[in-house]
Amino acid sequence: MNKRGINYYVLLILGWVPFLLLLGLLLMAPQFLSDFRLSQLGKFLTYAIIAIGLDLIWGYGGMMSLGQGLFFGLGAYGFAMYLKLQSSGGKLPDFMFWSGLETLPWFWAPFQNPIFAVLASLAIPALIAAVLGYLVFRSRVQGVYFSIITQALTLLVSIWFIGQQAYTGGTNGITNLGSAQLFGISLLAPEAQLGFYFASVICLALVYLLATGMINSRFGRMLVALRDNEARVRFLGYNPVVLKTLIFVTSAVFAALAGILFVPQVGIISPSSMGVVPSIEMVIWVAIGGRGTLLGAIVGALVVSYARSFLSETYPDIWQYFFGLLFIISVLFFKSGIVGTLQTGFNRLRVMLSGEPLEMSEHGLSYYRTADLEPIAKSTPSTHDAHLLDKARSAAEGGS
Amino acid sequence: MNTLILQAFNGLSLGSILLLVSVGLALAFGLMGVINMAHGEFIMIGAYVAYLFQQTFATMLGGVELGIWFVLAIPAAFIIAALLGALMEVSLIRHLYGRPLDTLLATWGVGLFLQQAARSIFGASNVNVSSPAWLSGGVDTGLGFLLPYKRLFLIALVTIVVIAIYLYLYRTINGRRLRAVMQNRQMASCLGVRSRWVDASTFALGTGLAGVAGVALTQIGSIGPAVGTFYIVDAFMVVVLGGVGRLPGTILAALLIGITNTFLEMGTSATVGKVLVLLMIIAFLQWKPSGLATLQTR
Repeated sequence: MNKRGINYYVLLILGWVPFLLLLGLLLMAPQFLSDFRLSQLGKFLTYAIIAIGLDLIWGYGGMMSLGQGLFFGLGAYGFAMYLKLQSSGGKLPDFMFWSGLETLPWFWAPFQNPIFAVLASLAIPALIAAVLGYLVFRSRVQGVYFSIITQALTLLVSIWFIGQQAYTGGTNGITNLGSAQLFGISLLAPEAQLGFYFASVICLALVYLLATGMINSRFGRMLVALRDNEARVRFLGYNPVVLKTLIFVTSAVFAALAGILFVPQVGIISPSSMGVVPSIEMVIWVAIGGRGTLLGAIVGALVVSYARSFLSETYPDIWQYFFGLLFIISVLFFKSGIVGTLQTGFNRLRVMLSGEPLEMSEHGLSYYRTADLEPIAKSTPSTHDAHLLDKARSAAEGGS
Repeated sequence: MNTLILQAFNGLSLGSILLLVSVGLALAFGLMGVINMAHGEFIMIGAYVAYLFQQTFATMLGGVELGIWFVLAIPAAFIIAALLGALMEVSLIRHLYGRPLDTLLATWGVGLFLQQAARSIFGASNVNVSSPAWLSGGVDTGLGFLLPYKRLFLIALVTIVVIAIYLYLYRTINGRRLRAVMQNRQMASCLGVRSRWVDASTFALGTGLAGVAGVALTQIGSIGPAVGTFYIVDAFMVVVLGGVGRLPGTILAALLIGITNTFLEMGTSATVGKVLVLLMIIAFLQWKPSGLATLQTR
């Protein structure tokens, strides 16, 4: 265990520099940005949270979920329901009145409580992901099939939301949240918006740390093993269904959390933010940032969102050409994404510094460094083995 | 009883639309494992070919009413969509073999591009393609409802398409090569089948069929740059339910989804019916994970 040289620790710290730099920039951003640009950045940060969840399931787990928009939307709707009730001040929300409802539907009533609203916004997507994931993974639906089924569910729920005008606000979604108050401050007040911006930064940092922890644990290694060879994992005696369901639920919860942070900053949630098209765009964030690198997910979400907003502001008529080309080019020529490409350079530096070989994964992207794997692979027996050893020992003692 | 028959007929016609939309997708997916997200846009191209034919050739060919332009639009849409499909296969899909998820993203990009192209050329608003005179009206069943000629035409068109695909697959040399590559790509290559060429031609066939579907869809509703997206997810569901690489599976799946959907919509609303169908498909996959019909290989 003590064989790690000083370079190991230098590089360990170096590895955190980009993240800390980004975090510092984000914390200082309110000093430099106008209110509009700040709330835009806040919105993009919630996208980055989705991207981290998607990177876990796709970049590391190899399962491309096209249902992230759905989970994001459900989280957003849940919190928007609270804000809507709050801003209606005890009266029936306007769109229900317009649709001819006379009393609040029973499932809206508990959303008057903010704590319930937040918990439900997280729990409902998690539950859907758990049930769908369990059923789908149990029947060993993989690859493209998984993508299609999640996409179909997303499409259907967004169509369904459009159809239920009286309960969901239909095509317009839930809007006019302006007069809502949180902790006695108006939602639109600059302080409230600043608060939500910092909440987004903090949530993003926490989600990033949590995801890093997951990736570096046994859980993360199992996930990569599943991606690279599921059959072998199965033969080794693990049950991939539980693991895959768990990661699907995690990514769903991240997306829902992003939804909760999205609504108060943007002030609207409608089916167009949760359908098939946004879900695919989420995948593109990860692809362009660099799949299999958590930092890449954040960078991708920010870069693509800014590019999109720039292109659609500058070339409103033809920006979709650029966006289509972006998809094609990023997949065709730019497989490891922005951060992946940078990381390759960083790893070369690492080799120069430490002289140790790199372990490349099957896809040619370096997700793991040999030194990180060694402690588990060589020095310490796994807990399972240790347990077996104990058993054998006690059996031998009992027999003598 | 009458409504039951009517619903069964509606289900059959919905099923045939689904089949027409998904059969090309199923062919390419079965052969190459490639999901073509731009499939819906090839449907859109077919629909606009019909629109163009109506605008340019209709008066020349005896007027809109006579419908010669419409009949000619079907092969024209097939050829145009197939050529574009071949171009896409050679320039893009070919470089992404073995990366199905990446292909999915890249083809989605192509779809975005084509949609924007349609918007630039034809405008963002929907256009209508009128029907030939012989497609208006319907057969009076004597039970209090009509069987519209348009729906009957769709069913007939699908039948012809399916027979044509069957003949291509089982009665031509190219079809035999296609089946060989589908069963065992490496073995077929060893025996001298140019699998690349088979891939390109099959992909082109699939997009061509999407073009034909597009022409047919002009008779059901108005068309716009996003017309394909309405059908594409349904088409995917057919492919998932039908199983990879078998024509009978696709046919059965399309008809099953069509009929189930129609009957479920009768009891509930249109979207609830669709949600129920999806849930049933997921439940079905618990029992038979590889779909209705699978290719037997050793």
